[in-house]
Amino acid sequence: MQGLIALLEQRVLKKFKGSFMSEYNHPYKDVDFVIKEIVEFDSFCQNAGLEDINSEFASVILNEAAKLGSEVIAPLNTTGDSQGSSLKDNKVQQADGFSEAYQQYMENGWSSLTAEEEFGGQNLPNLFGTAINEVWQSANLAFSLCPMLTQGAISAIKHHGSDSLKQTWLPNMIGGQWTGTMNLTEPDAGTDLAAIKTKAVPNDDHYLISGQKIFITWGDHQMTENVVHLVLARLPDAPAGVKGISLFVVPKFLLDEQGNTTSQLNDVHCTALEHKLGIHASPTCSMSFGDNGGAIGYIVGEAHKGLSYMFTMMNHARQDVGLQGLAISERSYQQALEYAKERLQGTNKDGSRFSIIKFPDVRRMLMQMKASIEAMRALAYVASNETDKSRYAKTAEDKAKHFSRVELYTPIVKGWLTELAQEITYLGTQINGGMGFIEETGSAQHYRDARILTIYEGTTGIQALDLVGRKTLFDKGEQLTQLLSEIEQTSVDLKQYPQLTQLAVSLENAVKTGQEARSWLLDNAQTDKSAAGSVSVNFMMMFGYICGAWMMAKSAIKSQQKIDSGEGESEFFKAKLVTAQFYFDHLLPRIQTNMAIIQAGSDSIMSLPEDQF
Amino acid sequence: MKILVTVKRVIDYNVKARVKADNSDVDLANTKMALNPFCEIAVEEAIRLKESGAATEVVVVSIGPKACQEQIRTSLALGADRGIQIETDTMPESLNVAKLLAKVVEVEQPGLIIMGKQAIDSDNNQTGQMLAALLDIPQGTFASKVELVDEKVHVTREVDGGLQTVALNMPAIVTTDLRLNEPRYASLPNIMKAKRKPLAVQTPEDLGVQMKTHTQLVKVEAPTERKAGIKVNSIEELIEKLQNEAKVI
Repeated sequence: MQGLIALLEQRVLKKFKGSFMSEYNHPYKDVDFVIKEIVEFDSFCQNAGLEDINSEFASVILNEAAKLGSEVIAPLNTTGDSQGSSLKDNKVQQADGFSEAYQQYMENGWSSLTAEEEFGGQNLPNLFGTAINEVWQSANLAFSLCPMLTQGAISAIKHHGSDSLKQTWLPNMIGGQWTGTMNLTEPDAGTDLAAIKTKAVPNDDHYLISGQKIFITWGDHQMTENVVHLVLARLPDAPAGVKGISLFVVPKFLLDEQGNTTSQLNDVHCTALEHKLGIHASPTCSMSFGDNGGAIGYIVGEAHKGLSYMFTMMNHARQDVGLQGLAISERSYQQALEYAKERLQGTNKDGSRFSIIKFPDVRRMLMQMKASIEAMRALAYVASNETDKSRYAKTAEDKAKHFSRVELYTPIVKGWLTELAQEITYLGTQINGGMGFIEETGSAQHYRDARILTIYEGTTGIQALDLVGRKTLFDKGEQLTQLLSEIEQTSVDLKQYPQLTQLAVSLENAVKTGQEARSWLLDNAQTDKSAAGSVSVNFMMMFGYICGAWMMAKSAIKSQQKIDSGEGESEFFKAKLVTAQFYFDHLLPRIQTNMAIIQAGSDSIMSLPEDQF
Repeated sequence: MKILVTVKRVIDYNVKARVKADNSDVDLANTKMALNPFCEIAVEEAIRLKESGAATEVVVVSIGPKACQEQIRTSLALGADRGIQIETDTMPESLNVAKLLAKVVEVEQPGLIIMGKQAIDSDNNQTGQMLAALLDIPQGTFASKVELVDEKVHVTREVDGGLQTVALNMPAIVTTDLRLNEPRYASLPNIMKAKRKPLAVQTPEDLGVQMKTHTQLVKVEAPTERKAGIKVNSIEELIEKLQNEAKVI
């Protein structure tokens, strides 16, 4: 009887902790594996001289974040989607429950994770930020954008602001009492920011800002006492184009002498909210600055350097959006897997029924989701740790080496992960069958929410251009060559394990294909000015699949070692081997298609005259 | 006043328990472990008493292999001041736990001992009671409310017929029920601070306790899978089934 009562109580407990509703469980086993075995975080910490920080501590912190994520933030995902946010009297009202969840997020100090100690941050490695952002993003993508944008704003002020600007704005932003936004886009200036028209006029110790901004994520809300906008604008004497743009801090409420928020509104407000395909709970605002004479703003760094300041944050912001591709895929996979195990749609000879996970084609889809997600996670975390390696490097040479790797990974992480997320959330919905098309199952939301990811923070096309242009043609393919030689080394390592020789051959061939694509690009970009742009997306996707294969190969080696030594849970490592095999069988062959398309060049893409469209 | 809180490392309540192939025990290899939820409630209650000014120090104690330091750290991150781990190779049975705890109480001299009413792994619900007997001090079990009034602790207990409030002289033992409080989440700064809070390690020998075996785990089996229900055609058939198949009447 006691046992029964205890069982009932555990159920009550679960319910009271929200886990019945959350539908999101942190994939701690895979995360742990990637941090320990693929990133090899412990040896990084030792080399970097980070005391007290190791993979065990990472798991403690992640465990706590995962509780908040799955029990508090995830249950708001569905309501946020159906309710969205609303605009009344120029004030944006966020979805129900978001404010309370944000309070908990703030009070538990998560906003301070990677920020500098000087301003109240915990100064933990970038990898922690990545692993923990995955939690918020999987739990509730729309919610997670608010802290993410704040992190970007913090980073801009930290890197480029004057001391007094940092003292004034950073502590409350790092503490989470104020959130931040990025005001870049204007109706006529999206990808081409050179066209920015917003004006900034000097006035005493500040500037008066006026203009219109659109697509401002979390541009207004009632969750915190203030919102700090970072705004790109032009000074009266600014040169034309990208070299004439400056960056300003513009608060929603003005501060008093002591730097506390007052009730006096600045001359900035939200004029409209966009109706969107996904991320409904994230208010996408049109912002109007200076309707009544000018919003008070303070310049960040020097005049006319705003756009280059934005570029320093770009690697981080873009990798973070890549991570969102992983996060939404994980959520979609968990939902689809649960459905596949529960949905009875087959009948045995004895009349009993079985669930759809027994069907090979459902398995194929689940395996594709699983294999993609594991490769994506490993790549996202490895790329994130490169930032740490660069930061803690002991020599300038080492620092530059890792920074170049960050630069190279960024368009791949952003482009490849978010493109893969489209396919994975599509499969998630497909596994659900008709029920996937019905909103109530939640699958459709993941599919819709994922759609923005290939667009914002630089479209897939922009990422691909970055990879072929600044990251490859610019250095004559030097970085890519280094990356490919490291991958080649892994194919040599694979050969030490008789069970993995097949993977070794495939990886070796993949490296060759990558080298061919690189050479093709370097050769043809000289003679055909449309070549790079025409092949760029296939080029980027190819390197995504090759990097993914590299990660899966490393994971196979580690798993084989664990199985051979009898250490740990063999089932988990056996599953890793199968998943790596699936990746090599089903995803890696796509690079042959990419290669064929690359070799076709720009002819059939560009030869049709415009008036034939 | 000092409060002693006992915490146990158990299988995470979200994890589906697997039985070992030889039916000797639950398979805990590479299974996610966590702080026993009832212990978490005990820690929370102690911290609240400290925050209200009623207590000055919260000491957490756990018994088990080194891994249980993780649960002590979690408790420290929630707000406890220091930890004690009593190192044992395996999770000892309740009476040994109670004997070890009795020694800790002798040394620490807490005014209040707060424990989970039971651990969700073995579901024994007996350590608190045993400890009270060994120490010969009052106990308030299944607490849904704890209040310090004058020199006594008032414990509202969840009993079959409703609620019962008892006033206990201190030191006393309180075992927590589910509805006593809703535990907080550990904050990031507190997790960071917890790394530097003192954690002492002792052995049963240090405490002069000889571990004895009183019970033997014979066999562990997974619950039989629930079968689909059937419709009966008459009351007679129902009674027949209840008598002969279910054997409940």
